[in-house]
Amino acid sequence: MDALNDLFLPPAKSTLASQTDTLFWFVHLSSLALTIGLIAVIVYFVYKYRRKSEDEVTPLITHNNKLEVTWSVIPLILVLIVFGWGYQVFMNQRVVPDDAYEVNVTAQKWIWQFQYENGARTTGELHVPAGRPIKLVMSSNDVIHSFFVPDYRLKQDVVPGRYTEMWFNAPDPGESIVYCTEYCGTDHSNMLANIIVHEQDDFENWLAENAGGASKPDDMPPAEWGKQIAQEYACSTCHSADGSQMVGPTWKGTFGSEEPLADGSTVTVDENYIRESILEPNAKVVEGYPAVMNTYQGQLNDEQINAIIEYIKTLK
Amino acid sequence: MANHSSSASESRFMQHHFVDADQQFDAAKMGMWIFLVTEILFFGGLFAAYVVYRLWYPELFTLASEELNTLWGGVNTVVLIGSSLTVAMAIKSAQLNQKKNIAINLGITLALAGVFMVIKYFEWTHKFHLGIFPGEFYSFEGIDHPKANIFFSLYYLMTGLHGIHVVIGMGLMAWLLWRSLKGHFNSEYYTPVEITGLYWHLVDIIWIFLFPLFYLID
Amino acid sequence: MDTAESSSTLNKIQVQRFKPDDNPDKHYLNEETGLWSWLTTVDHKKIGIMYLASITFFFFIGGLMALLVRTELWTPAKTFIEANTYNQLFTLHGAVMIFLFLVPSVPAALGNFILPLQLGAKDVAFPRLNLLSYYLYLAGSFIAVYAIFSGGIDTGWTFYTPYSSSTGGAVTTMTFGVFVIGFSSILTGVNFITTIHKMRAPGLTWDKLPLFCWGLYATSIIQILATPVLAITLALVAMERILGIGIFDPALGGDPVLYQHFFWFYSHPAVYIMIVPGFGVVSEIISTFSKKHIFGYWAIALSSLAIAFIGFLVWGHHMFVSGQATLASMVFSFLTFLVGIPTGIKMFNWTATLYKGSIKLASPLLYIFGFFFLFLVGGLTGIVLGSIALDVHLHDTYYVVAHFHFVMVGGMVMAFLAGLHYWWPKITGKMYNETMAKIACGIIFVGFNVTFLPQFVMGSQGMPRRYFNYIEQFQPFHQVSTIGSYILGLGFLMVFYYLVKSIYRGKQAPANPWGSRALEWQISAMPPLHNFHHTPVIINGPYDYHKPMEEFQLGLAESGNGHGHDVEVTKEGEDLSAE
Repeated sequence: MDALNDLFLPPAKSTLASQTDTLFWFVHLSSLALTIGLIAVIVYFVYKYRRKSEDEVTPLITHNNKLEVTWSVIPLILVLIVFGWGYQVFMNQRVVPDDAYEVNVTAQKWIWQFQYENGARTTGELHVPAGRPIKLVMSSNDVIHSFFVPDYRLKQDVVPGRYTEMWFNAPDPGESIVYCTEYCGTDHSNMLANIIVHEQDDFENWLAENAGGASKPDDMPPAEWGKQIAQEYACSTCHSADGSQMVGPTWKGTFGSEEPLADGSTVTVDENYIRESILEPNAKVVEGYPAVMNTYQGQLNDEQINAIIEYIKTLK
Repeated sequence: MANHSSSASESRFMQHHFVDADQQFDAAKMGMWIFLVTEILFFGGLFAAYVVYRLWYPELFTLASEELNTLWGGVNTVVLIGSSLTVAMAIKSAQLNQKKNIAINLGITLALAGVFMVIKYFEWTHKFHLGIFPGEFYSFEGIDHPKANIFFSLYYLMTGLHGIHVVIGMGLMAWLLWRSLKGHFNSEYYTPVEITGLYWHLVDIIWIFLFPLFYLID
Repeated sequence: MDTAESSSTLNKIQVQRFKPDDNPDKHYLNEETGLWSWLTTVDHKKIGIMYLASITFFFFIGGLMALLVRTELWTPAKTFIEANTYNQLFTLHGAVMIFLFLVPSVPAALGNFILPLQLGAKDVAFPRLNLLSYYLYLAGSFIAVYAIFSGGIDTGWTFYTPYSSSTGGAVTTMTFGVFVIGFSSILTGVNFITTIHKMRAPGLTWDKLPLFCWGLYATSIIQILATPVLAITLALVAMERILGIGIFDPALGGDPVLYQHFFWFYSHPAVYIMIVPGFGVVSEIISTFSKKHIFGYWAIALSSLAIAFIGFLVWGHHMFVSGQATLASMVFSFLTFLVGIPTGIKMFNWTATLYKGSIKLASPLLYIFGFFFLFLVGGLTGIVLGSIALDVHLHDTYYVVAHFHFVMVGGMVMAFLAGLHYWWPKITGKMYNETMAKIACGIIFVGFNVTFLPQFVMGSQGMPRRYFNYIEQFQPFHQVSTIGSYILGLGFLMVFYYLVKSIYRGKQAPANPWGSRALEWQISAMPPLHNFHHTPVIINGPYDYHKPMEEFQLGLAESGNGHGHDVEVTKEGEDLSAE
């Protein structure tokens, strides 16, 4: 059974996952029994009552009320059990415990961002303490995304213009993958994140280190930090550093060049233009590229923007 | 139901696959009724959107409704009800075999529909003039509500879709008028008049819902 | 509706037997010939064939896209196409298969051909409207194809806002195409309902209506009630793109989830448009090939209607994780389980029909057994997905992909193929190669399971759908699935080959090769131009295999039409009156 469980279901890493799994197996095994039973009956009939001569006359059996009521009521009872059970587990998934630790989640093409109570921010990595209910308050900056953690058997759409919630409790430290499961365009399948579950103490330390948002590690040159940010914030999913063609213009050799704009004018790529393009991406769109980028206003601070500019300057 | 009897005149417009004119008339009428059901659901989607947004922004609907001219909306309501009446009279004339009256009543219906569209045209252009456009083109400053564009998006969509139906109805009326002038319709055969009449009543009824929903909110 | 006529007095009408010629010189294809006779035909049979040709074409287009998608998924990263191309391919695969193939498949192609024959009518109620439906379908298809070449669509067939209102490409063109096809579907529904109500032959009362007609009747009800809502929804998406009306756009005060409500209000019932007519085909074939009265006629007939109606109340089960209210999810989940019951009843009734039958395992029945297994799996996994807690885990994963392919391909395509094989002699007057048909059925069955069974496992493991890249853990499943899809494609090509070959090289079919009692088999192998030379009179149900064949071949002995009379039949002095 364990081997079967491992084949079909990912490891159960939240307190509620096993409830889903039990129901999963109940429905599947009873369905399997029904399928085998019905197919066996059909195969038996096909063999037993195979046509022996073309003139065979069959008995007139039009209906049988007792039988029909039976095979309507028994499945009805079964599906009502499945319904009630599924609803009960669902309610456990929905009702958030009062002492839950809250993290804000923002989705946008094609990154997941997380904000913590003390101002810490991460992208693509959600850090949480083990053994404590975590409540995610989620919203989207552009289209609908969906936050799916197979290990927790949980999924919730993340919708622009409103907040949706989800909660879980991961008892053990470890890592779990997060998928986006609402189709959101080119890099939908790269919109992944990791949940990193720490021991309570480790989490407190991590949180304290990252308080107030990101700042440059002391020993790192700005350009290198910029490269790191560009990856964290998924800039590099649309802007290549090696000149290859992607959704947005490449960064290679762009600094200092003259770029034609969609409205026919041209612009010189300097610090101001890059800064403006990060904060107001659709103000000046380079010709031949779709105006699909979202603003990073409020997500990147000045120090980070400067680091990205330094990084772009190095790409000659 | 009309009392069709076998006579020479029914064979002219009878199609081969029907056994008699009664069956053809019944089938046509039933087909139109079913089609009208689909029309109601077609508008139903928009009415559902209307209900949702009115529940969300009740004060917006009260405010924005004041921009609509109740007088001209009311006139249009009377005009359409009148045209429904004349269509019914055209059918009655057909049943009584008054061939000339069929054409006269259809002509009046067509004219009333034209009046409706002209009034609608002035209502819309007046709003465009003020900057009341649907959706993101909305630039009117006179309504103190951030979502005023939503109300007018619905207004333009629903009255616009209704307007398209009126125009289609006018086309059908013109075709019926032409046929009635050629003497195609009489008490034995007036199926097209009957089923177009059904359609026209629906167009009228939809307006009777639209009018209070947009013009008469307070 | 029949008030005036049915109140008329009970007349005795004289009937006589009309034994069909197998292959008369004149039939519907050679009485009028030439391209023009096809393009302007109002004959339901020719229109049915034109639909059949069109949907076959689009089936292979959609299938080709599926194979490209599956090939791309051979490796976890890029195999041979770009992410954007991949996104367009799966969108078009879905849109083409659903709007251009599945929705018109059984109703418009087989239904058009068979329905008037089963009713004993000379045509559908509105033949010209029928032709218009076909041209609307064709026009909509061309618009959709044009959209593919003028920018493509990458929204998924569901056109979810705000993605669909903000992405590039030809979404507006595509929605317009689907809008036009929707009208074709509505008009077909109007036509069929009227036909079933008004065009039945004398004596063909509702309790003698073949179950295929009941299936089409239920389907038509869904078509006329649901399709207009899709039409207006897609019109709103187009308006959103053109005018920015903001109904679904949160930036302008609108609500993207409202779109999902609108969309699924159509598209869930549309799932039943795609399966209920298939149920009708199954009932016909099960009864014919076991030479036995269908078990639980009313249960099967009414369960189709029940599915049609409850099907309108379950759309929210697509939205359990969309953020809709918990209470709404509970109600939708509950109603979803209720739809399972009539479906289950059908399965049991069909099985019971086999009991003590005289079962001949010919290829149409073999396809039906393929349907049985695949649809059973599809239906039961539907129960899994209807359970809210399980759906939270499985929603938008490959589990869902496998589930609806089992229902739509395993269910509907198998039923469609079964129906095609069953009625092929009636449509073309030719018999196909039975051995090849059985082999092809086996290949399709195996290929299908190899393709989609691994997807259940992947999905449970968490593999999301519509993914261009995936983590390596899933690669073995994807590769097995891809191999399966090639086998499946081979099976379909084989069916195409031997069916087309039979038209040129096949044996002449007799009028009633399966010994069926249904009315469409009581005329020559290829029907006459106007279906019946006589006015057929029905005194028995279509599944009364205990009665002799000649009682199913009756027609009016004299001129006059017999409509509007309760039938009391005398034949050669003896009283054969229907009750």
